[in-house]
Amino acid sequence: MRYIEQFLFVVVLGVAIYFFTQKIKQIRRNIFLGKAESINDQKSLRWKIMAKVALGQSKMVVRPVAGFFHILIYVGFILINIEVLEIIIDGVVGTHRSLAFLGSIYNIAIGFFEILAVLVLIACVVFLARRFIIKIPRFHSPEMKGWATQDATYILVIEMVLMAALLQMNAVDQLLQEKGADHYIAAGSFPISHYLTGLFTGYNTASLVILERTFWWFHILGILFFLNYVPYSKHLHIFLAFPNTWYSRLKPAGEFTNMPEITNEVNLMLDPSKADPNMPPPEKFGVNDITDLSWKNILDAYSCTECGRCTSSCPANLTGKKLSPRKIMMDTRDRAETLGKAKDENGLDYHDGKSLHDLISQEELLACTTCNACVEACPININPVEIIFGMRQYQTLEKSAMPSEWAMMNNNIENNQAPWQFSPSDRANWTNEV
Amino acid sequence: MDERSIIAQAIMSKKIHVPTVAELLAQGEKPDILFWVGCAGSFDERAQKVTKAFVKILHHVGLKYAILGTEETCTGDPAKRAGNEFLFQMQAMANIATLNAYEITKIVTTCPHCFNTIKNEYPSLGGSYDVIHHTQLLQNLIDEGRLTFGKDPFNGRKITYHDSCYLGRANGVYDAPRKILEALDAELIEMKRCRKNGLCCGAGGAQMFKDAEQGKKEINIERSEEAISTGAQIISANCPFCTTMIRDGVKHAQKENEVEVLDLAELVAKAKDL
Ligand code: SF4
Ligand code: SF4
Repeated sequence: MRYIEQFLFVVVLGVAIYFFTQKIKQIRRNIFLGKAESINDQKSLRWKIMAKVALGQSKMVVRPVAGFFHILIYVGFILINIEVLEIIIDGVVGTHRSLAFLGSIYNIAIGFFEILAVLVLIACVVFLARRFIIKIPRFHSPEMKGWATQDATYILVIEMVLMAALLQMNAVDQLLQEKGADHYIAAGSFPISHYLTGLFTGYNTASLVILERTFWWFHILGILFFLNYVPYSKHLHIFLAFPNTWYSRLKPAGEFTNMPEITNEVNLMLDPSKADPNMPPPEKFGVNDITDLSWKNILDAYSCTECGRCTSSCPANLTGKKLSPRKIMMDTRDRAETLGKAKDENGLDYHDGKSLHDLISQEELLACTTCNACVEACPININPVEIIFGMRQYQTLEKSAMPSEWAMMNNNIENNQAPWQFSPSDRANWTNEV
Repeated sequence: MDERSIIAQAIMSKKIHVPTVAELLAQGEKPDILFWVGCAGSFDERAQKVTKAFVKILHHVGLKYAILGTEETCTGDPAKRAGNEFLFQMQAMANIATLNAYEITKIVTTCPHCFNTIKNEYPSLGGSYDVIHHTQLLQNLIDEGRLTFGKDPFNGRKITYHDSCYLGRANGVYDAPRKILEALDAELIEMKRCRKNGLCCGAGGAQMFKDAEQGKKEINIERSEEAISTGAQIISANCPFCTTMIRDGVKHAQKENEVEVLDLAELVAKAKDL
């Protein structure tokens, strides 16, 4: 019996890891559908930013309530998952509590994990309440309808179920230890599940073993399911927050990269000696589809946890405009998934003829003041402005689609050297009045 | 001399001559610092007041400065932010050619958009200068003791400060403007959304030059209401566009008789009675 269980476990574990890595490979490929860009300068600063922002959650705690409970879940979840190591060893080798030889350290750890499990449970309840009872507005914007909210709810519920399974497993285990059941060595301390033993006292040893096995399997299957759910979900941030902060933009937020292909064109006009005559004229200016974005923008999109802190600080969104930086990130991810899938089915060179502009309207793009509040608010240094700005460049340069006032402003700059219609020779007239 | 000509002479002597770089060059000289006036500071009536106040301060402390005069042209910032990278780079290259020809090394500007563009976006196009915003220059002058104020120039008046996006978040300058207010002995009342969390006035990203998209409210009204609600008598700012936007917001709230919107240069000039 035990061998069959071990065999089953190895198969299930293998299948789960296989599907997980397949999906991760696909996401990696989708990220690199974006343009190549080398980001590896100032390495020590990058490690520091990652340690502070991702590991240390420095930007999460800017909003203290959410920040506090998020840290509970984060720390709880990471530490409790150390136990997964033991579960895997037990599952493969057929042992029970294989790390118990660590003695009192082990006992303390198990007790500590139980306390964390309860804290995680509490945090999940708080988070559900914030979404569905207090109804914090940023969780109810238009882009949160349907899947986005379901996704968030599933994650919280799965986490709660996993924590509950862990505690019940320990409760039954204790009873078996007390009964001196074969295979159930006395190990661990159970400050919380201790109170749950009452639920299972009426059972004999055989039934308890079945119960214990059920919870054990439920717990590990739950974790493996969760592992495979994460890449389809906003929960991917638990992995990607780390690389995403490492690859943070380090230049001043106000600096918008100059397009080198345009520099060459301008040089050809003004000073051909500076231009590179061999540089082919660019096929297109600005961002039409995700393939025109930097890979980092797509990494941003896959890392986005849809928390909406960006949108809730966006001046355009706050005053009722359609623009929502969170939606920009969600649309970018959706588009990467769609195009990735189309390429999987039809070959890497295939393009479905659609673009990011099918998902993001000009009205949204035009509303951005480039104020960088969204970038500042994002707990994992995502930059929605780069995407908005690149798409705006495409609209202006490729489609000449812009408000007539902007066309007029551009005209003025070109002809009068100022955005207004003043004569350039009057520029210094104010000096006569000082 | 009769009384009239004495007065006339007094007025004349108070008149400041603002030198251009070309003029200095003709005398075989170079400015220590170039004052980049910007389009708003040159043409917009409200912003001209800030330009004039700043020039008076420069004159007062005796800095050797000059302007480009009619040789200055738009940095290209609004074109760039409206997506017209081509026009931006044309403007930038032309300005860089002028600045480099005059061997300019240090630039001060009263506009955070010009500041950001010249400081961050010109270098890769061949224009590298030491660029500072006028609030940074004022803070330096105060720190060096070259700009001092009598006791309580503002008599503890309540002043709030609006962080412009392009000085604040875009370039991380939060303290220089606040230090000026401190030196002025004003009672600084911060808005809830300040420093890194400051709310945009609604003008950035070339929004100044077009109508806003459809929404529930104008951004400048949202921001002005927040500034007014601090109870401050003066809303201080560091950007010609913010100043315009917030002044409009204050008017919209019909508070223009109670609340003034002033640039920090104007506050300093006022305190010095310039
Ligand atoms: S930069 Fe644009 S999208 Fe981001 S907060 Fe400001 S207005 Fe909103
Ligand atoms: S971009 Fe950042 S702040 Fe905005 S929803 Fe995504 S994770 Fe949250």
